[in-house]
Amino acid sequence: MIIAEFYLGCLFGLAILIPVYLYRAIVGPNVFDRLIGLNGITAKAILFLVLVGAFTNQLDMFVDIALGYGLLNLVGSLAVGKYLEKKGLKE
Amino acid sequence: MIYLIMLFLTIGLFFLVVSAIGAIRLPDFYTRSHAIGVTDTVGTLFILIGLSIDAGVSFTSAKLLLITVFIYIANPTITHVLFRAAIRSGLKPWTKQSQK
Repeated sequence: MIIAEFYLGCLFGLAILIPVYLYRAIVGPNVFDRLIGLNGITAKAILFLVLVGAFTNQLDMFVDIALGYGLLNLVGSLAVGKYLEKKGLKE
Repeated sequence: MIYLIMLFLTIGLFFLVVSAIGAIRLPDFYTRSHAIGVTDTVGTLFILIGLSIDAGVSFTSAKLLLITVFIYIANPTITHVLFRAAIRSGLKPWTKQSQK
């Protein structure tokens, strides 16, 4: 089954890409850089979950987890964005 | 069919690598939000469409397309909200003079 090994390669590629966004989330100069880094990490995590599901032939279970994770990210980012818009940039 | 899936996943990973390079190399929050918000959405869409081709015509494939549409709406919305919050709270955009 050659497609399963291709999924495994994509998983390794994503695992290399996630620390790049983690670097931006840790050393970002202000709070918006950290938030946009967290947004990138969440998008990669959704892809990681769906690819793990396709690799282990259990895609129908992991799709629901990915959908819930995306909804949580949307609600959290919108709340923090509106809060920072009111508060202003005073670290 | 396998080669079509591989083509979609390779294109998606290429866009994700471009987005990660932009997240490290670009100098400002606004340029970085361009790299992460736009390119990341396109890469995610390509990978999810490739996986839904793999799932065939089924309920799982319908849910994957639901995630695709949701990310296509939600990811630019998050970027827009953060961008507006940054520019209303007084973050200055980067210019070539402010580097020196």
